[in-house]
Amino acid sequence: MTAPARIDRRTFVTGVGVLVVGFGAAACAPSPAVQPKPHGASEANPLGPVTYPQVDSWLALDAQGNVTITFGKVELGTGVETAIAQLVADELAVPIARVHVVQGDTALTPNQGYTAGSQTLTSGSIPVRKAAAEARSILIALGAQHFGVPAGRLTTRAGAVAVNGSPARTVSYAALLHGRRFERTIQAHPPMRPAKDYEYIGKPIARVDIPGKVTGPFPYVHNLRLPGMLHARVVLPPGPGATLSAYDAASLADLPEKVRVVRKGDILAVVATSEWNAVRAAQQLAVTWKPGPELPVYADLWDTVRKTPGADRVLIESGDVDGTIKSAARSLTARYEWPFQSHGSIGPSCAVADVRAHWAEIWSATQGVFPLRGAIAELLGFAPKVVRVRYAEGSGCYGHNGADDAAAFAAVISQAVHAPVRVQYMRGDETAHDPKGPAMVHEYRGALAPDGSIAAWDAHVWTPTHSGRPDGKAANTLPGILRGAAAAAVTFVGGDRDAPNNYAIPAQRVTITDQKTAVLRQSALRGLGGTQNTFANESFVDELAHLAAADPFAFRLRHLRDARARAVLEALRADYRRGRGVAFVRYENTQALVAAVADVSVDRRSGAIRVNQLWIAHDCGLIVNPDGLRNQIEGNAIQAASRALKEEVRFDPQRVTSVDWASYPILRFGEIPDVMIRTIDRPQERILGAGEATTTVIAPAIANAVFAQTGARLRRVPFTSDAVLRALSGDAKKT
Amino acid sequence: MSIRLHVNGTAHEVRSPPDTPLLYVLRDELGLGGPKFGCGLAQCGACTVTVGGKATRSCVTPVSAVAPNDVVTVEGLGTEDHPGALQQAFIAEQAAQCGYCIPGMIMGASALLRETPHPTDAQIRSALNGNLCRCGTHLRILRAVKRAAGERA
Repeated sequence: MTAPARIDRRTFVTGVGVLVVGFGAAACAPSPAVQPKPHGASEANPLGPVTYPQVDSWLALDAQGNVTITFGKVELGTGVETAIAQLVADELAVPIARVHVVQGDTALTPNQGYTAGSQTLTSGSIPVRKAAAEARSILIALGAQHFGVPAGRLTTRAGAVAVNGSPARTVSYAALLHGRRFERTIQAHPPMRPAKDYEYIGKPIARVDIPGKVTGPFPYVHNLRLPGMLHARVVLPPGPGATLSAYDAASLADLPEKVRVVRKGDILAVVATSEWNAVRAAQQLAVTWKPGPELPVYADLWDTVRKTPGADRVLIESGDVDGTIKSAARSLTARYEWPFQSHGSIGPSCAVADVRAHWAEIWSATQGVFPLRGAIAELLGFAPKVVRVRYAEGSGCYGHNGADDAAAFAAVISQAVHAPVRVQYMRGDETAHDPKGPAMVHEYRGALAPDGSIAAWDAHVWTPTHSGRPDGKAANTLPGILRGAAAAAVTFVGGDRDAPNNYAIPAQRVTITDQKTAVLRQSALRGLGGTQNTFANESFVDELAHLAAADPFAFRLRHLRDARARAVLEALRADYRRGRGVAFVRYENTQALVAAVADVSVDRRSGAIRVNQLWIAHDCGLIVNPDGLRNQIEGNAIQAASRALKEEVRFDPQRVTSVDWASYPILRFGEIPDVMIRTIDRPQERILGAGEATTTVIAPAIANAVFAQTGARLRRVPFTSDAVLRALSGDAKKT
Repeated sequence: MSIRLHVNGTAHEVRSPPDTPLLYVLRDELGLGGPKFGCGLAQCGACTVTVGGKATRSCVTPVSAVAPNDVVTVEGLGTEDHPGALQQAFIAEQAAQCGYCIPGMIMGASALLRETPHPTDAQIRSALNGNLCRCGTHLRILRAVKRAAGERA
């Protein structure tokens, strides 16, 4: 399980001389005890959750009273590192400044699968929090021995146990434990502290990572420098399926250093001591590629998606859907389309690998160190136990961007050149080759009852899986594909997310066609299918409201039974009015509840949409960090507005043509709407994630606002000026 | 022939060839992690530093074109223990998520505040229109710049 000791003892510095992970605390480093009990796969844990029943697997308390958390999930820029520290500080009753979180490291932390699906606080925090509660009960028992009083007379505060009513009788945790391990199994229900005792939970605690990020020395993986490290750039094929015919090393002769060229199958890379020389070499290396199969004509993308074979899966069926629609006086059909979209990370993916004869160490901004380890081990021909993958934060990923591929490339290249290697993608590598959020097609039918309520709803969704994550298989990485690794079996994840709506409708059918192939390589992008499906659901319910001549806001409330669902809509009642658009979701039908209202201006001559204001109401149960939550909601709203208004990955028959910020524009400062947030705190409810849910309601809220303003219905993302002009002239109404 | 470069108040003799973009000199030769590679095309602003007080895309600026002007990176404004006024404002507003774009934002704002000490919202948006943020922290960045300018948002 644990990597060789010599790897554990290695340390490294960033370019600014900061020790990234110190092992000075190695004496108290928690120990992962592996007792896998797989059950129930999900996006975060495709192989099912793995439990680590020992307190020592999750936290350690050293002789100075410092607490080290070993957390299998990672900080992706969303603030969970701080939120986890808040939860542990309160359950253990220690000052938050004493809590240090070690994130995803195959040698140190439990395997908690992927940091994905807004599950980090929802489920990922549970074992850490329970371990902290268990540790506190152990410390109380030790305190009872120490003072010779019953545990019931003791309180805990600021890392110490005290006797009630005797302020002088206090002993620190450190003095009680003496740096020993806890050596205790976590009970099913350890005693948790009551909310009234919380010092940090529910408060806007400042994020621990922000000072380093705004002053420069933050240890991004991009900033890592190892002794003797070389810089590599990959030279990627122009399009999917293209193969490498030949390259001419002589084309690099004029560079100031002798640049090495690495070729493994269709993997091609250049390696130099100077990063700039590696960049130049990648640009000027003469390469001949044999083109792959032609991509469809771009305008035919959605017909191609619609015709791609797959297996139908009925997610919901109730009532007589076909009969109701056939006999209804008022019915409607509509088709919605979503393009391929890129994660659009501002920093192209980067990784550092040090591969030796018998072991390897990889630093990556991956969302899952363990699943990536298996994939890299396979590429290297190593056993997974001699490969250590360590998380180092990167540019925001918002899903499965190029981070895992960059790490796998770095490993392959380091093995080839027998030296530590840093790989960073260039802009075009990331934008053109990150696994894309997939294009989807939705065809809907619906009918109204005579009283104007929805009588029948028939939704059909065409989609590939939304997870092409490493899952321990080389074939799920780009270098694995380029080396011709046998394709891994497809697991269908995320295409069905939020395909069922949240409304009370007597006759409903929701069908998904799970497709094994897609036009471009695809994987998880924020919200997965929930983003596309909520666009379709919330657009269609708006269309039905229009058919019923009903107010869209009231129409939604009429069909919502759940009190929390109604409450998030009611929270925006004062912000909603005619001419604005509204949308609602209960994310994954069981997670956070979000409503959005959009105010837009439409220039009827140019077709340009300006989103002026977005109002968001958000209920994610217990709020751990209200400012962190607002930051997430705001970020989701702006990024989702960008996806709705601007973003599509385009291609010609040979290649992806969206390769930079000119060909893949995103929202800019001048276009950013104001975002007003109404959070609903429910301290008695379980914590629900907030990393994605808001994303799903933005595109439909904007489309519904455009309809409310102009009568033009936008059924395809993005809502470009051309699309708006076509809709205004009526073309879009023919669907 | 080496190039003499002033960065954050310190003189350096640069070994990199004169056509090397300033960004690679700052990151790889001087070991500064603040300026970031984002696109190499002057499209995103992640590499922004100030040269002679003006916001400059270091990814497309040859190091030879910079001397003798003073280069300032985000490291030149303060440290984690002693952040500068703009950095303090970004911390106070918690104006970051992944933070990759933020040093470029701060240097763009620094150049703006030098010319326009009390900018309007529209002036800030205009000055930072070429700096891209993917996490969607724009509104916090606006508030942070206004806070630094002494006008609480």
